[in-house]
Amino acid sequence: MSASDGGAGFFVGTSMSTGTSVGDVTPQSHHFAEPLSLKSGAVLRDYQLVYETYGTLNAQRSNAVLVCHALNASHHVAGTYAGQARSEGWWDNLIGPGKPLDTNRFFVIGINNPGSCFGSTGPRDVNPATGQPYGADFPVVTVEDWVNAQARLLDVLGIQRLAAVVGGSLGGMQALSWTLQYPERMGHALVIASAPNLSAQNIAFNEVARRAIVTDPDFHDGHYLAHGAVPKRGLRVARMIGHITYLSDDVMEQKFGRDLVAPRLTAEGGSPPPEGALAPWGGPAALAAPGLRYSTQDIEFQIESYLRYQGDKFSEYFDANTYLLITRALDYFDPASAYSGNLRAALARAKAKFLVVSFTTDWRFSPQRSREIVKALVDNDCDVSYAEIDAPHGHDAFLLDDPRYHALVRAYFDRIGAEIKA
Amino acid sequence: MNPNALHHIARLVPEGAAVLDLGCGEGQLLALLKAERRCTGYGVEIDDAKVLACVQRGVNVIQRNLEEGLSIFESNSFDVVLQLDTLQNLRNTEAMLRETARVGRIGIVSFPNFAHWPNRLSVLRGRMPVTKALPYQWFDTPNIRVGTFKDFEALAGQCGLRILEGFGLHQGQVVRQWPNLLASTAVFKFERGG
Repeated sequence: MSASDGGAGFFVGTSMSTGTSVGDVTPQSHHFAEPLSLKSGAVLRDYQLVYETYGTLNAQRSNAVLVCHALNASHHVAGTYAGQARSEGWWDNLIGPGKPLDTNRFFVIGINNPGSCFGSTGPRDVNPATGQPYGADFPVVTVEDWVNAQARLLDVLGIQRLAAVVGGSLGGMQALSWTLQYPERMGHALVIASAPNLSAQNIAFNEVARRAIVTDPDFHDGHYLAHGAVPKRGLRVARMIGHITYLSDDVMEQKFGRDLVAPRLTAEGGSPPPEGALAPWGGPAALAAPGLRYSTQDIEFQIESYLRYQGDKFSEYFDANTYLLITRALDYFDPASAYSGNLRAALARAKAKFLVVSFTTDWRFSPQRSREIVKALVDNDCDVSYAEIDAPHGHDAFLLDDPRYHALVRAYFDRIGAEIKA
Repeated sequence: MNPNALHHIARLVPEGAAVLDLGCGEGQLLALLKAERRCTGYGVEIDDAKVLACVQRGVNVIQRNLEEGLSIFESNSFDVVLQLDTLQNLRNTEAMLRETARVGRIGIVSFPNFAHWPNRLSVLRGRMPVTKALPYQWFDTPNIRVGTFKDFEALAGQCGLRILEGFGLHQGQVVRQWPNLLASTAVFKFERGG
């Protein structure tokens, strides 16, 4: 822990301190008049990026850290919005004064990627060419396009070189892509719970989610806004599928098991269970325990209740076209493809030092995929450390507060801080 | 490992070598090699706390169970592969030794010498030794492969390795006279024969 930490004054000790929140934050935005050329050949003209920053850029402008977001997150990485309960940023447990990515030392930047639905130009916005919302006409964006857009915002902020780029999952892909697109503009990359590309199984999950959205009668070929509709049913199913893949079998078993929800006698489409209907394998039903309702439509198991809740919540705020775009960006990411699948050759241009982290129970972005990245980096004699955290939570673990994981990220940023004397 | 012993082993590593340290612990040797001999490279370690210590030290570390092999490392990708006080904890000692020779041009190993005289004395008295170098009881020792200085010479020959240097270490001192009898730790530097 550096002397500069003393400024905050309310935490003591070293790695034991968990830090505090950055407090209330306000998003900022920048409008770009110069068009952004996309990998597909299309052009995004007249767009804006929304972003947040935490901490202070030092006089040498050397302590900036870019945090890249994954599928359903945004520029709101840390802190809260004034007057809004439960408005913590998605990586608030990792980023703040005295936290593993310490905002007393680093200037942290979160940027909402174009195509998203949290303020940066996306499919809900008006297409300057037509005067109507983009909807399905929003151009397909890739990880590389996002990285280019992020680099442009850094130009605006006067940041030539980043101390580090950090991201988990799809965010990790952006961090990796940064090392290839702008090798001179960064010192370190933290690639967490990520992969060098998606496996067929992973693309398959994305495709199921996309089909759920596209086949929703409210989708209207992606121009649902013009029809005053939202394909919420599709979004719900897409989110449910996603959620299943973010959790491990063990954690789902432990959290929900085969537990049933308490019977709701007024439930639509089902009837109250007959006396003693529980325990078809014999023995009287416990009086207090909820029983099977012999309904194919009711929510009976806790896991169903959980998934439907997650799906409902998601469908209220997330944009369907954004979901399609971002899952496509995931599918397309494959830096090795330009090198006949040779990841070693693809990563040869990387100059950053790496921390690669995976989680043992993550089956969506398994440790094996992270090891592929590590191997390609070792083959290129890149500086890399790799940790495989034995956490039970599956892919979601990268967002959770595992002490081994956070200690590692803290230690790594301590080294970066020492390097740049932040 | 005793700091003196660490220096005796570091001395075996050429200046500027690309080094792989298997079972690198908290990364002391790699840090030493980096600082004093301009070496580069990686450690491999399974233990969470030791991986963290390496990262704190600024040493490249890859978390991996050595029993799962060295498939992530290409043949001849390192000048030196070190395996200090690790070989005796591995089930597939022989396979690991061959892998070490595949990945590195030079291998350096150290392990507790079971033929050190106090161990012999202990066995002569009818009990398995419990010493500074072998501090465990027979029933809970992680040292599942207990060999001697001479045993290694035989295994090296069997694996087609040419021993370049072999000596004993005891209490941080190099033992070149009767190492099989007088040293608690055996050290070998070798390359692929042929």
